[in-house]
Amino acid sequence: MDFDLMASSLPKLLNAAVVTLKLLSVSLIVGLLIGLLFAILRLNKNIFVNQFAYGYSYLFRGTPLLVQIFIIYFGLGQIESLRESFLWVILKEPYWCAIIAFALNTGAYTSEILRSAFQTIKPGVIEAGKSLGIPSKIIFYKIQIPIAIRQSLPAYGNEIILMMKGTSLASTVTLMDLTGVAKYIISTTFKPIEVFIVAGGIYLFMTFIIHNVIKFLEKKYSFNS
Amino acid sequence: MELLAFGDTGWGDELFRATLMTIAVSITAMIIGFSFAAIFTPLKLSKYKSLNLIANIYTTVIRGVPELLVIYLFFFGGSGAIMFVASMFGYNEYIEINAFITGSFAIGIISGAYSTEVFRGAIQSIDKGQFEAAKVLGFSKFKRFYKIILPQMLRLAIPNLSNVWQITLKDTSLISVTGLVEIMRQSYIAAGSTRDPLFFYSFAAVLYLLLTFISMKLINKLEVKYSRGY
Repeated sequence: MDFDLMASSLPKLLNAAVVTLKLLSVSLIVGLLIGLLFAILRLNKNIFVNQFAYGYSYLFRGTPLLVQIFIIYFGLGQIESLRESFLWVILKEPYWCAIIAFALNTGAYTSEILRSAFQTIKPGVIEAGKSLGIPSKIIFYKIQIPIAIRQSLPAYGNEIILMMKGTSLASTVTLMDLTGVAKYIISTTFKPIEVFIVAGGIYLFMTFIIHNVIKFLEKKYSFNS
Repeated sequence: MELLAFGDTGWGDELFRATLMTIAVSITAMIIGFSFAAIFTPLKLSKYKSLNLIANIYTTVIRGVPELLVIYLFFFGGSGAIMFVASMFGYNEYIEINAFITGSFAIGIISGAYSTEVFRGAIQSIDKGQFEAAKVLGFSKFKRFYKIILPQMLRLAIPNLSNVWQITLKDTSLISVTGLVEIMRQSYIAAGSTRDPLFFYSFAAVLYLLLTFISMKLINKLEVKYSRGY
């Protein structure tokens, strides 16, 4: 066990963890908006609209995240008209490609989580709102969305942790996130176990924090309190 | 379409072999995962706190750390660990383990952590009366497990195991970083030599979709078989 290496790699890995957290938070925010949009589309009565939303979530949940990143990072650059458009400013950066892939991926999972949360709301709640004369838009924003958020918290907590692990794939498109830096240190020192313990420890610490924040929120928004 | 031709002119046969490799790695990893689950599920359910702790460390660490990091650990550390064990038995030559074994083991350990949780949940949700009734009727410990607990556990576990299978199947794409020629690696090679990454990565996505679709159909059949009588 090389403790000197562990101590000297800790600051480098902590710096890289900041990159991981940045990737995670941006993709989660964008992914949540995408997820909410597609969950609403899924519940639309028009068959084309809801099948489109279903197709989106099927496509992104049925293929590995690595394929999605590679299509966006390596594949899209091939389209000439895209390379000449203003979008190229974004798409030539591996950072934004990774975020687009992560956001679309987590958006697909989030839409499923939110959809099932909307569907498990008891019809009586909505009927009660209606019989009180509340307009259906307000029922949606003030009754259905808060209940759905509460319902989906445990599943969404898992999704955040899965996404945090997913950000490690950013290292495959040259980004130096926590896993990228860990791999670099491993391949220059050939001390995989020491680096794994430090990098894995940082990941576990982040998992622990996320887990507890979600638990706290669940308690705060539980129906019984 | 000529890009996908079989033979020397296209990538069809290479991609077909790569798909078989993905299936082979996924199944091997799943079996390794079940072996790990067979060890750790009893530890999780044991009444001894120290055994619980060992199993909890396994599932928490593996589920909290990115798959890619675990794969790097095995890829860079695997042959070192084997050589260390071999040197204890007096064998000092260089040993290189092939990418298939390293990859299946890394993915298998990950899949095992998820399977452990699934089996634990399934056993815990079997009615307590079933255990007691089996005991009262004088079944041996072995028979109690194989004839009464296992069939009921499988019924409860199959829907969640199908999720574990999907995760495992998709995780195998990460082994491509170690150079094992499965779907992802083959697409990478084909994309590099034809300069057509968009086509080959999209085709890889289609292959994965096909695999998940077919396996879902098969698992649904299993589910029906094990829910007979419900």
